[in-house]
Amino acid sequence: MFSKSYCAVLQGMCAHIVQVEADLSDGLPVFQLVGYLGSQVKEARERVRIALKNSGYKLPVKKITVNLSPADIRKEGTSYDLSIAIAILSSMGVVENHELHNILFIGELSLDGTIQSVKGVLPIVYEAKMQGFTSCILPKANEQEGRMVEGIHIFGAESLRQVVKHLSGQECIQESKVNVWNLKRAGRTNGLDFRDVVGQELVKRAIEIAVAGHHNLLMAGPPGSGKTMLARRISGIMPELAFSEAMEISKIYSIAGLLNEEHSFITERPFRAPHHTITAHALVGGGIVPSPGEISLASGGVLFLDELAEYKRNVIESLRQPMEERSITLSRLNLNYSFPSSFMLVGATNLCPCGFYPNRNKCKCTQKQIRSYIGKISKALLDRIDIFTETIEIPYDKLRMNARESSDEIRKRVEKARKMQQDRYHNCKIQFNAELTPQLIKESLVMEQEEVQFLQTMYDKLHLTARSYHRLLKVARTIADLAGEEKIALSHLQEAVFYRGTDNLGEWEGVR
Amino acid sequence: MTEKEMWFWLVNAKGVGNKRIKLLLNHFKDIRAIYHASSKEIMKVSGIGERCVQGLLQEKAFFKRKYDRMNRLGISFIVKGDACYPERLKEIDDAPYALYVRGKLPDQEKRSIAIVGARDCSDYGKEMALWFAKELSEAGMQVVSGLARGIDGYAHEGAIRAGRPTYAVLGSGIDVCYPEEHLSLYHTMITQGGVISEYGLGVHALAGQFPMRNRIISGMCDGILVIEAKEKSGSLITADMGLEQGKDIFSVPGRIGDRLSQGCNNLIKMGAYLVQEPSDILSNYHYCAKATKKEWKKNNYMLETKEKIVYANLSYNPKHINELIIDTEYTLNEIMDCLVSLELKGYIRQTVKNYYILCND
Repeated sequence: MFSKSYCAVLQGMCAHIVQVEADLSDGLPVFQLVGYLGSQVKEARERVRIALKNSGYKLPVKKITVNLSPADIRKEGTSYDLSIAIAILSSMGVVENHELHNILFIGELSLDGTIQSVKGVLPIVYEAKMQGFTSCILPKANEQEGRMVEGIHIFGAESLRQVVKHLSGQECIQESKVNVWNLKRAGRTNGLDFRDVVGQELVKRAIEIAVAGHHNLLMAGPPGSGKTMLARRISGIMPELAFSEAMEISKIYSIAGLLNEEHSFITERPFRAPHHTITAHALVGGGIVPSPGEISLASGGVLFLDELAEYKRNVIESLRQPMEERSITLSRLNLNYSFPSSFMLVGATNLCPCGFYPNRNKCKCTQKQIRSYIGKISKALLDRIDIFTETIEIPYDKLRMNARESSDEIRKRVEKARKMQQDRYHNCKIQFNAELTPQLIKESLVMEQEEVQFLQTMYDKLHLTARSYHRLLKVARTIADLAGEEKIALSHLQEAVFYRGTDNLGEWEGVR
Repeated sequence: MTEKEMWFWLVNAKGVGNKRIKLLLNHFKDIRAIYHASSKEIMKVSGIGERCVQGLLQEKAFFKRKYDRMNRLGISFIVKGDACYPERLKEIDDAPYALYVRGKLPDQEKRSIAIVGARDCSDYGKEMALWFAKELSEAGMQVVSGLARGIDGYAHEGAIRAGRPTYAVLGSGIDVCYPEEHLSLYHTMITQGGVISEYGLGVHALAGQFPMRNRIISGMCDGILVIEAKEKSGSLITADMGLEQGKDIFSVPGRIGDRLSQGCNNLIKMGAYLVQEPSDILSNYHYCAKATKKEWKKNNYMLETKEKIVYANLSYNPKHINELIIDTEYTLNEIMDCLVSLELKGYIRQTVKNYYILCND
């Protein structure tokens, strides 16, 4: 007898529905599994056979053939076990359900018939809903994760027997109605506030501007001056996550297997701070079946690279294309895998090996050491950073001062500035000021004589290049947006000058 | 063969240094006699060994070609007997027997000042070096230094900015620019001033040669100005040698606790002249100090109140905009306004990005 059930295969960010066909026919007793299978899926044959036996179902002495269709997509992973078992049970007549074509099964079987959690549940359930499935049976541990998709029934099962009983209508699985999104939003905060950071007004303002215009940011300063502390607070002033964004981010985390029962949905903007010994593959994503790297996990939030000069050059160079494209495509034999990488890059660095330059009383480095230390940072990466700022050591008596603003106040201004950009760019290809091209800058920035004169003076005085000049204008545009003004005024340009970056960081070395 | 060529042979010979040359001269009295002496005769001189004689013999085969090459490069070779050999240098103990010169030697009629100091200097040191070199050379003194990183380089730079000649004494071969980043400075000085060395073509910069170089710097000058020096510093060697040679020692003071000023303050403690402005040095040599009197930019200029306060909070030690906010308690925007307008008016200057100091000129 022939029967079908459904599961799904994950390819990068999207899932494809896979039809599992089982057939029992006369012949030598053998269990065959076909359909372009990866080795984990081939092993499913043993798992399913023994799980069925241990759950109390006796395999008939017949030739059992299972096909996973479409047969031209490579199947990897362990989430097909449950679906294969159900297809066989259905063809044996143990499960008699006429709704099988409306149910999607996800789950790995262990030998005693319990269902184990798997990776990538969220994008699979999402696809199931899009394809019109009415319910989805998945491992209990992944239940919360799957529930975030609305409009489909989610049943978390613990064992194969439970699933069979549910399908036969003997004992239905209870559907939980907890919505993590609403729960989390009520108590939304990670406890990190800009109020904790004293002094460093220039950096705080620079961060506000960077977030408002989605500019990348580089902080330089002595050790212990608060670079990391500031960076950790950046995601707190980004606009609140919309549900659709949260869904996109959660999908990435689901694929990477970082969601679990306690932490089943991403409700806050991610902050990722990989250590500087990270490899290029871990940063951008990799593996035989590529899994998302740090840049994708930071999507929608902040990627913080502390001690930027210490990263290996090839690691930093691998960031260039994903930063530009806001997505990363990894090519493998069978397929190209795409993951989003729309992150805000925040870098931090010291200015010399000991870290205290330009404080010559503490810094004992030679000019040559300073130059080679700063020179280690890839120029190509620096080209993609709009805002450069410095932190300083804070004297003790100021440590006890109260900072002026909380994250909430700053976020309100950021949201306003983002709104202005949305309105301005709604029929352009770009979303943020950081993406302005020289052409668009020329078209969209109207300046008076006085401002042109000021730029001329600064251009000569500060030895700007064409590129740093354009960056300065982009930043000035964001400052104007924060002030709620359509026209760039002199004060905006003046402020932008303080965040300028030179092409080779020469100004930070103190040589011009 | 001229005597000059013979001298060239002698100073270039391997294993023959100033001490052995002295021994040879004492024995033979004359360079010609040394050149024509047989190896047996040379061996008789006490303190001269087999290897020395080998070196002298070997050099005889090569020195002619080297001499021609040096001439082609436009490097002049000056021996102690020449009229243009610096008089002041002759007076010192252990004066070099020969000098290589690209460009000119310092004018003997004019006063010379050596400006030396730390290689990894602070911005304060840099400012002072530029300022002193500029003012002193404008008043007519000749600035001599060692082309090293830091203070030395800025001293040359200051004199060049003033459009006056300046002289560098190298610790490496005459055609070797060390450190490399001063290559453009090196070439400027060949036309505007001169580059001087005791070492010939292609000699690498070795650590042992620098103290020797320092004795030439101090020997060619009337006074030595130490701008920034750590407790143990090569500049102090120069000062010590200068003291032995009977030169005036000037020192720019620093704050107690500033690492880079400890050497300078020690010098003052031991009796060096404390120098606060270029005229302190000039008056010592009876130069007219009137023109160099520094006009400190004070509050009597047309500044707004806020600008005055920001200006008053700045010094020659670079201060970051964040520190200014802490000190003045103005808002970021107010400070930015003040800084931009002060910088455009030329009152202040950035050393490292967003670090400000007072401007000198």
